[in-house]
Amino acid sequence: MPGKLKAKIVAGRHLPVMDRASDLTDAFVEVKFGNTTFKTDVCPKSLNPQWNSEWFKFEVDDEDLQDEPLQITVLDHDTYSANDAIGKVYIDIDPLLYSEAASVISGWFPIYDTIHGIRGEINVIVKVELFNDLNRFRQSSCGVKFFCTTCIPQCYRATLVHGFVEELVVNEDPEYQWIDRIRTPRASNEARQRLISLMSGELQRKIGLKVLEMGGNAVVGYLQCFDLEGESGLVVRAIGTACTLDKLSSGSAPNTNTHMHPNTAPASNACNSPSKDGKEPVFVEDLPSSSGPPTPFRALPTSSSPPPFSPSKPCSRQSSSSDTDLSLTPKTGMGSGGSAGKEAGPLRTLLRQQTQTALEQRGASSSGLLLNAREFPFFTLTSFPPGFLLHVGGVVSARSVKLLDRIHNPALGNTRSYKLLDWNSVTADEPETRDAWWEEIRQEIKSHARALGCHAVVGYSESTSICEEVCILSASGTAAILNPRYMREGCLDIGCTDHRFEEPSPPNCGFCHIPYDELNMPFPAQLTYCYHCRRQKVPDVLFTTIDLPSEAAVAGKGCLIQARLCRLKKKAQGEANATAISNLLPFMEYELHTQLMNKLKLRSMNALFGLHIQISVGENMLLGLASATGVYLTALPAPGGIQIAGKTPGDLSSEHISSIQKRINDTIAVNKELYQINPPELAEEGVGSPIPEPRHRSRLFRSHSESSDELSELDLSHGKKDAFVLEIDDTDAVEDIHSLLIDAPPPTGFYSCNTENMPGISNWTSGVQMFTSVRVLRLSNANLTNQGLNKIFTDLCENLLKSFYFKLRSMIPCCLCHLNFTVAVPEEELIQVTVTAVAMTYDKEQTQEKTAEKPVNKGSLEAEEQLQFPLELCADSSSSNIQTASKISGVGESTNMSPRAASVDYGSFADRCSTWLELLRLKAHTIRRGSVKTSRRTQSLAHSVSSLERCSPLQEGRSRSLRSSRSFGGSSVTVVKMTPLSFLPGTRIIKYLGIINMFFIRETTSLREEGGVSGFLHSFIAEVFAMVRAHVAALGGNAVVSYSMKECVFMENPNKNQAQCLINVSGDAVICISETDQESSASTANTGQTGGSETDGAT
Amino acid sequence: MSVELDVFVGNTTIMDEEVYQLWLDGYTVNDAVKVRMEGGVMDECEASKDVLLSDTMDQYRTFQMCERLLHSPAKLANQLLFQIPPHRQIMLIERYYAFDDTFVREVLGKKLSKGTKKDLDDISAKTSVTLKSCRRQFDNFKRVFKVVEELKGPLVENIRQHFLLSDKLARDYAAIVFFANNRFETGKRKLQYLSFQDFAFCAGQLISNWTVGAVDNMVEDMDEHAFQTLPSLRGKTKVFIEMEGSFKNLSRGLINIAAKLTNTKDVRDFFIDLVEKFIEPCRSDRWSAADMKLYLTHYTNSAHILDTFKHQVVWDRYMGVVKSCIFKMYHD
Repeated sequence: MPGKLKAKIVAGRHLPVMDRASDLTDAFVEVKFGNTTFKTDVCPKSLNPQWNSEWFKFEVDDEDLQDEPLQITVLDHDTYSANDAIGKVYIDIDPLLYSEAASVISGWFPIYDTIHGIRGEINVIVKVELFNDLNRFRQSSCGVKFFCTTCIPQCYRATLVHGFVEELVVNEDPEYQWIDRIRTPRASNEARQRLISLMSGELQRKIGLKVLEMGGNAVVGYLQCFDLEGESGLVVRAIGTACTLDKLSSGSAPNTNTHMHPNTAPASNACNSPSKDGKEPVFVEDLPSSSGPPTPFRALPTSSSPPPFSPSKPCSRQSSSSDTDLSLTPKTGMGSGGSAGKEAGPLRTLLRQQTQTALEQRGASSSGLLLNAREFPFFTLTSFPPGFLLHVGGVVSARSVKLLDRIHNPALGNTRSYKLLDWNSVTADEPETRDAWWEEIRQEIKSHARALGCHAVVGYSESTSICEEVCILSASGTAAILNPRYMREGCLDIGCTDHRFEEPSPPNCGFCHIPYDELNMPFPAQLTYCYHCRRQKVPDVLFTTIDLPSEAAVAGKGCLIQARLCRLKKKAQGEANATAISNLLPFMEYELHTQLMNKLKLRSMNALFGLHIQISVGENMLLGLASATGVYLTALPAPGGIQIAGKTPGDLSSEHISSIQKRINDTIAVNKELYQINPPELAEEGVGSPIPEPRHRSRLFRSHSESSDELSELDLSHGKKDAFVLEIDDTDAVEDIHSLLIDAPPPTGFYSCNTENMPGISNWTSGVQMFTSVRVLRLSNANLTNQGLNKIFTDLCENLLKSFYFKLRSMIPCCLCHLNFTVAVPEEELIQVTVTAVAMTYDKEQTQEKTAEKPVNKGSLEAEEQLQFPLELCADSSSSNIQTASKISGVGESTNMSPRAASVDYGSFADRCSTWLELLRLKAHTIRRGSVKTSRRTQSLAHSVSSLERCSPLQEGRSRSLRSSRSFGGSSVTVVKMTPLSFLPGTRIIKYLGIINMFFIRETTSLREEGGVSGFLHSFIAEVFAMVRAHVAALGGNAVVSYSMKECVFMENPNKNQAQCLINVSGDAVICISETDQESSASTANTGQTGGSETDGAT
Repeated sequence: MSVELDVFVGNTTIMDEEVYQLWLDGYTVNDAVKVRMEGGVMDECEASKDVLLSDTMDQYRTFQMCERLLHSPAKLANQLLFQIPPHRQIMLIERYYAFDDTFVREVLGKKLSKGTKKDLDDISAKTSVTLKSCRRQFDNFKRVFKVVEELKGPLVENIRQHFLLSDKLARDYAAIVFFANNRFETGKRKLQYLSFQDFAFCAGQLISNWTVGAVDNMVEDMDEHAFQTLPSLRGKTKVFIEMEGSFKNLSRGLINIAAKLTNTKDVRDFFIDLVEKFIEPCRSDRWSAADMKLYLTHYTNSAHILDTFKHQVVWDRYMGVVKSCIFKMYHD
């Protein structure tokens, strides 16, 4: 399928002065693709040249189209000396290769120079004509769509989810080649930029091929990373989830969802935000799958080894439920009512049957690949259509420390040849080393998941941290049981149907139910009956890497919870260094986990979503940063308080302990109010009638203090306690507790989270401000202790947050979403923290109004629920109960995030690690105690009330911020909004224009003149934003969703007045329009405004 | 330990108007932080001094990066580096080109040259406008001057289009440019009582009535031909002057001023002449503003009565401007 690429250079503007004598520039342009170059005429003596060139035509293979960027170089003509380069523009033409995405790239691009930054702009038009030639052996994968978004993209529905795809490419880093010694920094940077562009193009093409072989047409949750391994080379790797996506006819699907909302809200409550609704994908039965009997999902994770729990129980349950599911299919469409019917039709996700896929394979390599996919039932998605996720086991993670060797690559004599290499053949050994490493890690993850009784891992991600020749590979995800055959009825009216057909796991609590065998728990945990349905067991806390499922029942608001840790390490080389690091890892993981747990309890919450643990290695220290969004899941038991105990009473006076205890109790109480977490203990008379909120609160405080008083008198050594005990045995422990209390809550009007959805807030208005912030701290004090470092690191993170709150104060009430912290140790004594997040405004009043409206609905529903599941059933440890419960879901675990880590390559190492693991587990066991005292009945009531609060109205109150954004429309430059989330509040995405994946290097040899390191980086980040926006605008888009800054490597040498920075960003370019059409019923007043402003923005 | 690097970049450029003003006023980062602390921003978001410092630094950097664009405001609208909402762009430009009346009063009529720029520190000390701010304002005048110098067409309109300024500000700049170009004497002690706004008004009058076609700019183009006829008035109005005996001196003054307008060098003294020859005598006679108005109106009209007087149009054109200038300038 070759194609013809056409490019036209129209004009330039704001060019820099290249000729000092005349203060003008004689500019011309070189357009290069592959090995073909065209030139425009010289446009003499102008800073705003009009070239209006002919169409430059390149006839190329589509393989090249996918790999190569179009390279546009603007030069200043010089008669007597060499022409001076003004700058370059690289245009990724990939978006032009899918039929549904952009058809033309046209617009102003910043002309970028790696030494001088942006120098003027150039107007370019690019088109591609593809010829159909399907008989060729395919090396290209044109037409496979890529999405960074980690959910099924809005305006698509997934007919099939095929599973995990991964690939990596390796090359020598031009920066470390011999030629770099004789070429200019500019040439070196450009070689690097071009190489990475080529490599990511190639990577994407290869992943595309895998997807095509699996029968898919898209990759969702595409995550591409660079490992700059220095001397040993450059690795570009990517993972993603292969899917078959169908485009929805515009408007219909979101419509249905929104219509339904009033009815469904009570049942599905939680974060049913408007935007969420809009993008909720609808899974539809696929033809091939319906022809044969659905395969039980359990077969999926390969034939390898059966899960540890007895297979009979889950199997029987599944088969029986499948019958009912099937019979339901037609009903569901009707149930949803109105126009919704067809769109929201039967949901079915299928994973391919092994036999089927095997037959389809052509070559050995491809079948190997498929095996891979089955071998690793991993999903990079973090949010799923309702019903997809059955149960969540907990976080599984694996780390491994490796020593990097030089990637030998005989064919890579000079930089020009890299294009010609086929990595699979020529450099067969090298990528495979890296492949093998990752394979190992994935195997470990899989075995962890299996230990949790789960057959799949969702919210899966991989990362590395490199320091000199040591590399830590990390992978983490959430073990889960997915339901491939689950028929979703209309996505929405879950509440009623579930009960009618005795659906075993209600959607708003089902995912909390333990997937593992209660009698064979992988971890000591306290299980209780689900506080929501009271039929199945749930753990006392739940940690996950995924987003909060939209249907989950939550109380109050969520909040960002971070655990931060620094550990000093001796400087060492080679294996000794690697060993030292791997020795430290388990302890770090354990401590991070403890911190998270404490902070969670301190906030009176019981679940973490979006957990991301990063461990960064530096020459003399390790940094650990765990971020997650804490939430109170009403299905889980209320968290106990934190109990302080002095180990040896003599050491610390009891007053001291009690004062700490009091502070902790106070903090918990304050936090409960702050995050509006309603008391789980409610009077029984409240059933079915709305309960005024103030009453709860007062009740809450009382009950809390009572319980803590009680506890302090209890003997801690045995029995079940409603508390989490911290032992103070030395000053370190005191420090720890102090640091626990240091975290300042966000100022009034602010909330923060690191997930897609802010639990408890859904009524976004359209104020959106994405930002990136970088801070580097120099540790001047050489004799730092671990404690001191911890404090410094914690302060650094806290101060960053405080800065954000202050800067964004004009947006109050506002929530910082998707706060993504990245830590690095660029040099000895330097700590770098990079944060990307988005601040979104919401309507405060709206939430409250809605709460007031709701209770009637909810009350009745709750009553129904209670009828069906009489209280007696739920009595603690009644034997009949256990039976039913265990039948329903197998396996269980609460600790979820196990400190199992660090598989190291060095022989005895693994053993040592495992002993530590045992130790840690033991310790964990002694530390975690507790049960739940509150009655089920009150629990469920509490849920009902609290859930009302969050199912807030979609549309109202969006107007305010829209008004502010409106003024953007008049500008002559297209306003491009950016967000790390998969949606923009108040808008609906109507078209995905393709993936944005850009890599830039900026270097300076006049650091002071550019305003020092801060000035240098500030302008570079601004330039990166500008270039992303320009590319999106040229594609015809007006927003970037799922934006992320993957890499921000900053190096400086102030003595030489030099600095260099590498930034890699990615995201999905989209066109979005106002969502108001569908919401006229609820917010007539706002419609006009919103529509006007949004279309303005879109033009 | 120390913060080595600290940046915050928003997709939509975040700018605090208060900090912008402090930056424009030439405050250093530390001084600006102090001012902000006194202003009570700290209470708003539980901010600490560090937070404030970091925020101020960020904003100062942003403004510095924007400054290049503000030098040619038209670029601000179609540059790609900063995403700034249009109403903010307007604010940025308007404030950047705003000036202190006390400062401009000092440089009004002076040549916008390097020499003058060197004296800015004196002016800064005198007016207590920071040197940095003085430089910005001076450079603004110079920049506007340079751009409109070579342009044809109405002065105010040119300024407004090239610098995207509000009407009021464009007029003020037109006045400054006009004064600088003609080097009107404004620094004499006798003129010290006049404010910039007084001069700006007069400049407006001169520009709209005395420059070629009433719309063209610059006094090079001042309608010299028209004024060449004025000396011939001298003889003819003799009778008229004698008729108005008590106002003889005043009248002679006005006529002399008119006669001098033909000579570019003497034009510089226009304002000092008005004060010396007309305003001061009147003031010493303790005329009220109303008396003055009455006198000038009658004086202008009485020329029409003289049938020998052939230059009615020129006379009206001259007197119209002089009249309104004097009205404006006749105060303490």
